[in-house]
Amino acid sequence: MRSKFPMSLHLAISLAWMVIALYLIFLYAPEEMTMGEVQRIFYIHFSLAMTALFGYFFVFIGSIGYLWRRSRAADDFAVATAEVGFVYCCGVLVTGPLWAKPVWGIWWTWDARLTSTFILWLLYIAYLMLRAYVTSPGRIESLAAVVGTLGFITSIVDYMAIRWWRTQHPQPVIGGGEGSGLEPSMWLTTFVTWGAFLCLYFYLVRLRTGIARGRRAVSLARQQLAA
Amino acid sequence: MRFRVARLPTANCRLPTAYCRLSTVNSTEPLTAAWTIFVKDLRVEWRSRESLSAMCVFGILVVFLFNFSFNTGREESLRMLPGLLWIAFAFAGVLGFNRSFAAERENGCIEALALAPVDPAAIFAGKLLANLVFLGIAEAVMVFAAALWYNFSFVAALGSFSAIALLGTLGYAALGTIFGAIAANTRMREVMLPVLQFPVAFWILVLSSDASADALRGAPAVTVRGGIERVGAVSLVFTVASFLLFEYVLEE
Repeated sequence: MRSKFPMSLHLAISLAWMVIALYLIFLYAPEEMTMGEVQRIFYIHFSLAMTALFGYFFVFIGSIGYLWRRSRAADDFAVATAEVGFVYCCGVLVTGPLWAKPVWGIWWTWDARLTSTFILWLLYIAYLMLRAYVTSPGRIESLAAVVGTLGFITSIVDYMAIRWWRTQHPQPVIGGGEGSGLEPSMWLTTFVTWGAFLCLYFYLVRLRTGIARGRRAVSLARQQLAA
Repeated sequence: MRFRVARLPTANCRLPTAYCRLSTVNSTEPLTAAWTIFVKDLRVEWRSRESLSAMCVFGILVVFLFNFSFNTGREESLRMLPGLLWIAFAFAGVLGFNRSFAAERENGCIEALALAPVDPAAIFAGKLLANLVFLGIAEAVMVFAAALWYNFSFVAALGSFSAIALLGTLGYAALGTIFGAIAANTRMREVMLPVLQFPVAFWILVLSSDASADALRGAPAVTVRGGIERVGAVSLVFTVASFLLFEYVLEE
């Protein structure tokens, strides 16, 4: 997972991209007809949500990589992506109610999509908590990988089960039937913002992976010193 | 092929007997191994009666407390009954799953199981079967208590309700078995197990209580069958996944 791409450049690109995204969100994108200014939070909410969802997929990739090849690097990647994904998921759960209150008139409802995001958040917690609570250090990787895999299966089941459930979430607004859909300039803003959040995500994941690698090296050196 | 195993001179013979049986069953036939573990768990439970009695008492308490925390009329409480039952099943189950592997760990039996020349899936199957039986018995007790206190007859929908309970419990117990084994490796495992179990088992519980509600209020047969199929599908997914992943939990 070690990339040659310089970290400082990656950070600079993330920040610059974020500034462009902010410009698009607040100055470029037109005001939404019914929801007004509040709707601008959508771009951030959507980007966070999609990245958080992909984040658990990456946890799954890292977990499978560890179980299959016993690759320490895969485990480092899994823990990094889980931690950053958890932060993003928290962001989703904060921006969601902020948007819902003025638009729906309520902070929260147990609608399918909100429920599945909440489950995703719990899955992140389960994964991270397990890593913190395992008593024997050598077992963390494989146990976490099993939990990461089962968690990912849950998010797929979520996706199916949503269809068996009634939903209040504005799913039809994007890619719905006729008369729905976003203005082209809104699409542009959406994708640029998502790109910015993804770029930042990968920067943070790389940073966190480096920390995980460093920790592993330190504990190995300690063991050798003790032996 | 049965071997006579000399009993070790310990007061508590549970672990050695099980261990010796496993290693002397020369043909490491998975079904034999699974059956041996299943029977061993039943025997342990029969001698101690720890886990099952805790599950039953706890389940009865949940059913009892719900009645008073929602001080509603008969109609209302009947509407809540399926959800209530599944919450009681879920809590009682977690109680049992926690014991399932914690006991093995306390006795040091888990290492023996990991070393035994049997397919890990067979060990999982034995454990799952035992958990299924224990939770099934506890569920029967809870349903009986609910029927008694809420004056509700399950007889009309007994077939479909049993099918839902069996399928839902299978998936729930499969997850409980693998997560119980994982939680046995952690500090504060009593907390860790629900943290792992509930988010993953969420849809099993929701779909089961939904399907049970349909079955108990006498919905059309098509609706009930659809509900059973959904519960079955989700349970099957998690059961198969747990079977496949269990070997990574057991290795030391």
